[in-house]
Amino acid sequence: MERRQSPPINRRALLSGAFRAACGAGLVAALLAVPARQRAQAVPLRPPGAIDDADFLSACVRCGLCVRDCPYDTLKLAESGDGQPVGTPFFTARTVPCEMCEDIPCVVACPTGALDKTLTDINQAHMGIAVLVGQETCLNFLGLRCDVCYRVCPRIDVAITLERHHNERTGKHALFIPTVHTDKCTGCGKCEKACVLDEAAIKVLPPALAVGVLGAHYRLGWEEKDKAGKSLIDGIIDLPDRMPEAPATMPAPERLPGGGFKEFKP
Amino acid sequence: MSAREPRRPGLDRWRRDGWLAAHKWLILRRLAQAGFLAVFLTGPLWGFWITKGSLAASLTFDVLPLTDPLMAVQALLAGHVLEVSGLVGAGLVIAAYALIGGRAFCGWVCPVNVITDFAAWLRTRLGLKEAYPLDRRLRLAILAGLLVGSAVTGTIVWEFVNPVTMLHRGLVYGSLFSAGAALWISIAVLLLDVGVASRAWCGHLCPVGAFYALIGAKGLVRVSAVNRDACDNCMDCFTVCPERQVITPALRGAKNKVGPLILSRDCSNCGRCIDVCAKDVFIFTTRFHDGAGMAAQSPRDGVLQGEKML
Repeated sequence: MERRQSPPINRRALLSGAFRAACGAGLVAALLAVPARQRAQAVPLRPPGAIDDADFLSACVRCGLCVRDCPYDTLKLAESGDGQPVGTPFFTARTVPCEMCEDIPCVVACPTGALDKTLTDINQAHMGIAVLVGQETCLNFLGLRCDVCYRVCPRIDVAITLERHHNERTGKHALFIPTVHTDKCTGCGKCEKACVLDEAAIKVLPPALAVGVLGAHYRLGWEEKDKAGKSLIDGIIDLPDRMPEAPATMPAPERLPGGGFKEFKP
Repeated sequence: MSAREPRRPGLDRWRRDGWLAAHKWLILRRLAQAGFLAVFLTGPLWGFWITKGSLAASLTFDVLPLTDPLMAVQALLAGHVLEVSGLVGAGLVIAAYALIGGRAFCGWVCPVNVITDFAAWLRTRLGLKEAYPLDRRLRLAILAGLLVGSAVTGTIVWEFVNPVTMLHRGLVYGSLFSAGAALWISIAVLLLDVGVASRAWCGHLCPVGAFYALIGAKGLVRVSAVNRDACDNCMDCFTVCPERQVITPALRGAKNKVGPLILSRDCSNCGRCIDVCAKDVFIFTTRFHDGAGMAAQSPRDGVLQGEKML
């Protein structure tokens, strides 16, 4: 076999050096591409029964068995940019919420305990907590009777209630404010999915973002008073409240039995 | 004898016995790798579920749990004990690879192997010289590092970068095809192996392989350089071997009274040395049998003796 004249060594060295440099640059680019794809979006939620986020990554092996056994394709494995470590399971409420299966197949499928098997009642799940963040756009806050988030809630009247408030804008109508009860909300995300706005006014957030926590030393005086059956501080003199004299043209404000005054408009 | 072509190892075997014979174990390995992938894909593609999950943890026919043992160990160090099924799965995998031996996972199951084999093939064809030789013990250092890292951080740390599970997940769950992390990490491994250092990932850095090497160190299945007397030093086996350091003691061991069995834990039982050798030096055997008896029955034994050059 005839051999081709081999190229001068410096040209070959140059070429292979350039090739190496290109591969090295490409290697760095490929590695940087993973975090670079991070983008802001809705907060991803963990499947039901997920243990504390700090412990979750010590347990989840990112096998995807929960994803496979989710009958509604709610659960996905995170990709770079999904806001969770790559390969861990999550769902986006606005896209596909959790249907709250009674047998909780995702938890049953988990071979690691990242999804806690002691969760057997899906109503006890805390995937997140719904928060009505869009108070300037929520139709019920605007005085309409949308109520959709309330109607779709699998725990209607338990996890979410409509609380009647006075409509200050009209002065004569009621607002029916969807009100989430954080200890009852499972975070399934049905409300966020169903919200009729272009951007949901009610959003499911991870518990840490959704609720405030009182300092351990805080005591609510009225609860302590109820518990004790009397005021905790002796010797407080309850002086009569002095009210301004009502003008002659206006009826005096009517006192309510629980304290305070019946609302009036001048 | 034809002129040697160092960029085309196995050519002599190919010319003598045909392409199929010169790629037998490679084809079988690719079939095995495809098969181990296929069992995960029949469900999502055709609704017939054989195996759910991924290489990290899986469930076959709803009864057989299998867990990546390195994952279980990391979880344990991170302070979390897996569920019983997860632990049983890890135990089964450890038992299987301890019995089979070698880094059979690396050669026959792992999807990254296809990428790094391709990179090595490309390097050989391009005739690229080694520029940055790495220490093969690096993988043990990385393994130790990730175990300590798991304990310190309380997370399964290797999963943040593990190309093995990322690529497998990318294939099984489809994210490879939507420019996910699996794609980028696979490109990174390819470029590393092609452009930076030969066999860099599987042969020097991957702690998953290092862990399987420790598990399978005393396993049963071994390659034996049983016909080493016939070796004509063509170097083809060294060229194709992903762990070339394992060959020397067995192939060149006669003068040191070392047996022909390749006993290094780094051998991935890939069988490429068997494929490319035109002198039928290598065979698969067990660690308790160096294959001496089988060699005598080889139909080409006479030919080999006749061709013997030394």
